Parts: sequence; structure tokens; C-alpha cells
Amino acid sequence: MEGIVGYGAKVPRHRIKVEEIAKVWGADAPSYKRGLELTEKSVPAPDVDCITLSVEAAKYAITRAGIDAVDIGSVYVGSESHPYAVKPSGTVLAEAIGAVNDCHCADYEFACKAGSEAMFVCLGLVKSGYIKYGLAVGADTSQGAPGDALEYSAAAGAAAFVMGTENVLAECHHTHSFMSDTPDFWRREHEHYPQHGGRFTGEPAYFRTITGASKAILEKSGMKPSDFQYAVFHQPNGKFPLRVGKRLGFTKEQIDTGRLVPYLGNTYSGSSPMGLTAILDVAKPGDMIFMCSYGSGAGADAFIWKVTDRINEVRDMAPKTRVQLDEHKVYIDYGTYAKFRKKILKNK
Amino acid sequence: MREVAIIGVGMNQWGELWDKSLRDVYVESALEAIKDAGVDTVDGMYVGAMAPGLFVGQEHLGSLLADYLGIKNLPCARVESACASGGVAIKSAFLEIASGHSDIVIAGGVEKMTDCSGDDATYALATAADQEYEVFHGATFPGLYAMMARRHMHEFGTTQEQLAHVAVKNHKNGAKNPKAQYPFEVTLDGVMNSVMIADPLHILDCSPITDGAACVVMADLETAKRICKKPIVKVLGFGHATDAIALHSRKSLTQLDATIVAAERAYKMTGKKPEDIDFAEVHDCFTIAEIIVIEDLGFFEKGKGGTGAESGETYIGGRIPINPSGGLKSKGHPVGATGVAQAIEVTTQLRGDSGDRQIEGAKVGLAQNMGGSGGSAVVHIMEVL
Repeated sequence: MEGIVGYGAKVPRHRIKVEEIAKVWGADAPSYKRGLELTEKSVPAPDVDCITLSVEAAKYAITRAGIDAVDIGSVYVGSESHPYAVKPSGTVLAEAIGAVNDCHCADYEFACKAGSEAMFVCLGLVKSGYIKYGLAVGADTSQGAPGDALEYSAAAGAAAFVMGTENVLAECHHTHSFMSDTPDFWRREHEHYPQHGGRFTGEPAYFRTITGASKAILEKSGMKPSDFQYAVFHQPNGKFPLRVGKRLGFTKEQIDTGRLVPYLGNTYSGSSPMGLTAILDVAKPGDMIFMCSYGSGAGADAFIWKVTDRINEVRDMAPKTRVQLDEHKVYIDYGTYAKFRKKILKNK
Repeated sequence: MREVAIIGVGMNQWGELWDKSLRDVYVESALEAIKDAGVDTVDGMYVGAMAPGLFVGQEHLGSLLADYLGIKNLPCARVESACASGGVAIKSAFLEIASGHSDIVIAGGVEKMTDCSGDDATYALATAADQEYEVFHGATFPGLYAMMARRHMHEFGTTQEQLAHVAVKNHKNGAKNPKAQYPFEVTLDGVMNSVMIADPLHILDCSPITDGAACVVMADLETAKRICKKPIVKVLGFGHATDAIALHSRKSLTQLDATIVAAERAYKMTGKKPEDIDFAEVHDCFTIAEIIVIEDLGFFEKGKGGTGAESGETYIGGRIPINPSGGLKSKGHPVGATGVAQAIEVTTQLRGDSGDRQIEGAKVGLAQNMGGSGGSAVVHIMEVL
């Protein structure tokens, strides 16, 4: 059965606290922390971008997969912060990990669900037998305009998955995708920061879409929320995944393991995929995992995973997600953050 | 002048109505009011709307809404007085009927506020303030009302807790209103610890941005007696006044002269006094507004409005219940519709149809609708026959 053969995540070391951002804008930090249920977020250093994060996460995934990278038949990178508008991130990644040259390579974009989109396509290709292994990456160095509510949450990180049909550590039992033309969040060509529809991003967008995908896959599978040990949803802030999970019948305990956002921020295309890596880091053979991503515009990809015995053999072969999140953190001030994120332009 | 009554009421479910347009919510409300009145035609219609051109890019509502309501060649026009537009629509319909020109007229109000960004909505609302002397310098309505609140606190010792008590009381009432945007209760701590918007006003001291419409069908008393199957609610009279649009041009930040004068005129026209009023719907766009307004309507001594909710006097069952509908705070504030919705709550209460939030024995009710930071006000007094 098709599924995940290897997985990996990359969390940058730098962090900035909500208080540090709020101080600059004269905003009420406790209100933001309470409203977003978020304390701090990851920040990419000047030499970190979507591609470097993808490479790190992919290396961990390949290590856990225990495969030769030349056997990877497709490399897909989902992101909304590809360094180039024209020139793929995927080719750089494929070269860096050695998945060349007979490889189908592409970049994906679907707001925050570009990563799960790559996972979805890779699963289909390995299931069909068209390729032996497929590498799917969700990675972002997310943009949030200075002073905007997004600035408190837009973070950086990546998750990578090697998909295959043999030696899987998690079987994919079901998938379901749901979409509609819902313009809740967008960034036009040549614009540096995304715009969003404020509260419109909630009920008619995030909640309707995730609920649509989740209910459909539960019906398709004949399963109910209590059948799962874990659940992970797209996490733009700390509250939304808990709220949508509660509506669907999942408990906080099922969601909390993969809910990284309070200390990671929203890694956009990396969001729910990184949550899945944190769950795989602790899951036991036989555990069932429910996953549903969300991408503005809007769509959601839902997956039902079943963890296999192989998880015990491979989970310690690469750095775990929570370890990267909790250790070796370097806190920076807003000035450093502004420099890192190229908000300050030097005179050339 | 002929006597005038409200014979039908209609209001859609208020909220953030992403999948409905301005015309949808208005027609839904108007049809409900027509059905409630039991009439099959009307002679005219007034639509209160503050800024549809800015919120949804649509002007000429008279034509649009008469067309979508399906009444060919209906004389219909939009009236505007910022957030008091709905109240002015009722006054206009009242005068048209009282004059004998028409027998049955719809007074409606509508605003579709969530189709634009929050910044655009804030800009649209701020057009009700003085553009040259207030808005140009960065003032918004939360800021203007915050200054009024600060001054009230300074002059009279009104407290942050007293402001919060208004929100707690109105949400308690709104929790029983199935058409309210936010039909849930809030706690004193919850209000006081909510996000600060403009010191001392927290977000739960502020009314929300809302999509919604409200309509009443009004008729001359003889027609009402002939048609109406429910208790007839007479509109005894009104008062309407304006004041300086900008705060700095007023003699005091702690009183609203347009409301004071409108109330005096309404009391004079109807022969009623504040103590004759059993309950009131007032314009609580911010908690401080309710406190000042209940003073200016004569229900509380100047400076004592803060004690209203705190002491329980303005709760349902108290001495003078204020905003049994939940007010703008909980029910929502689609600005052009608010004045009409207030009249609907007064009518429903006087009919005895308010269910869990019914004020027992209510015979005379008052509705006070206000534009901007108080630059205009309309007061209606109604009585059940």
C-alpha cells in the first residue's frame, strides 16, 4: 500500500516573540497572544530560504526512508515563497539531494496547501506505479506585512516526505480534496506581501473548507473522530485548528501533539505537514492519524494515515521536529528581524 | 395630522453574511414585514442607508430595492443621516402617512458592511465625522467616543467597570435574541480584558460591523385597525435634531445635545415624560454612548448613567430596561438598519411577542437613534393600544 517511506522537518533556529513585534507597533501583546494563541514564531536567517529549508527536510526524509535518491522519480516543492518567480525551486533541491536527472520536477503553489498538494500528487504517482518514490516538500519563509496581524504569525519551516509503496512507515488509507473559488487571502504578481479578507478568512474560508474535506473523508472511510489517536489541521494560529477540530468531534488531546503553531508560527505550506512530522515522531505502530491542510483561494487536502511497525526503526535516524522547535533557539529583536526579513534596504 | 401605527415588522438574521448581497437582506426583511402586516401592496417606501456607495459601490437604493421587492413604480427614496438613517426613514414614513398623502408605507434600513476590507469599512464609517477637522487628523469613531468616555470618567467618576457592565447587560439580552449577530453572554472580566481599541474602550465596548436589514410597515390608524390582527402599536410622535458634527464644536463632551433636543421634542409632541417610558432601545454604538444617552433622555441624572447597568436598573426587570434586544452591541450594527431595528424591538415588546426577553407589562417604549458621534438624533415614542 502507498504511504510515507521517510519524513523530515526543518525548523530555523531564530525566534521572535510576540512582545517584541507588538512593542514596535504600539500594540497590546497580551491581546495578540491570547487572540492568536501564539507566543513566538520562527524566523529565517538571511541565508535561509524555501530551498535551503527544503533541502534540510528532504535530507532527513531520505535518511529515514533509507533509499538511494536516484530512485526518486518526482520532486515537488509546494511553497508560496519560492525564491524565483520563474525558475523552479525543485530543480535546486533535486540537484542538492542527488535525485537527478531522470526525475519529474515541479513547483506547486496553492497558498498554504501547496505542501499537501505535493504529497497528494506523489501518493497518486506511486500508487499508479508510474514512479518508485516521490519526494513531496512543503516549505515557506512566509511573508507578513509590517504591522499587519500576519506579522505575528508568518514563520518559516519545511516538511518533506518520501512516498512509496514498500517499507512504508505510515500507510495512506484515504485521501479527499475539497475546493471552491473563495478569495480570502492572496498576493498578486510583483506584490511583496499578501493581502487578506480579515474575518472572511475564517468561517466562509478556513472553516467551511476544512469541514468540507474532513466530513467527506470521514464519510468515505466510514471512520469517526474517536477512531484516531491524532489529528492535525492547518494551523494559521493556535485557535483555528482547535476550533475546527472541536466542531468535527476531535479532542484537544488528539490535536495538541501536531499543533506546533504556538511556538513555531504559521509556516504556510509547511504548516500541517510539519504537524504530521511531530506526530510521527511519537506515534506508535497501529496509530491512526487524521490530517487536513488548508490553502486560501481555497482548498483542503485530507489524509488518513495508519502508522506501521517501521516507525520504531526510523524515527530516531534524524532530528525530531519538537526537538528542533524547543532547543537551540536564538531570540532576536525586531531590528535584527527586520534585517533578516529584508525589511531594511541598504543603500547600494 | 392623522395618527400612525406600525402594523408589520421584518428583520433578517444579522451577522457577517458572506453569501448574501445588500438587495438580498433588504428584500428578505421587507417581505417578512409585509407578511407580518398582512398587506398586499404599499404606497411608498423610505430606505435608511448610511454609505452603500462606499461599502458596496451601490447608490440609488430607491430604484434598486423597489425593483427587487417587485413593486413596480413604487415611490421610494433613500434617506441618510449616518447611523441615524433608519430613524429618519421612520420619521419620513410617519410624516407621509400623517399628512394623508399615503396610507401604507414601508420604512426600512439596510447596510452591507462586510463586502469591503476592515480599513475600507472604517473609512466609510468615518465619513460620518467631520472630514476636515477630525478624520483628516486621524480620528475614528472609537477614538472620538473614547474621548467622550475619558471626559465622563474625569467629570463624574464613571469607571471602566461601569462601561463593561453595559456590554455585559446588552449581551445578556442579546443572547435571547435569535436574530442577533452575537447572541452570547460576556463576563465583566472578559470585557475588561478584551483587546484595547481606543483607551478606555476595549473591543467588547464597541458595536460590531454587521450585514443586515430591518423593515416596518406603517399605516394610518384607521387602516391599521382594519387590517391589523396583532396588537396595534401607535407611533405617538418623534423628535429629530442635529448638533455640531465635530466634538470640538460642542460645549460639552459629556452630553449629546442632538439627543437632548430630540427627546424634548418627542416628549412635547407625545405628552409623555421620561417617567412614563417603560423601556427604551438606545444607540449603544459604544458602551459610553448608552451611558450618556440614558442621561440625556432623562432616565438618569447627568453623571449617573454609569450606575444604570451596574445597579441592575437598566436590566430587564429593572426600573427602566435599556436595550432589551441586545442593543447595537450584541444584536449588531448595520448602520442604516439600526434605527428601524430599534423600532421593531419596541413594537415586538409592546405586542408582547418578545419571548424570553419580554418586559412584562410594557405599554410605552422609546427608541433613540443617533448619527456619528451624536451630530444627529431621532427619538420615537410608541404605545400599544
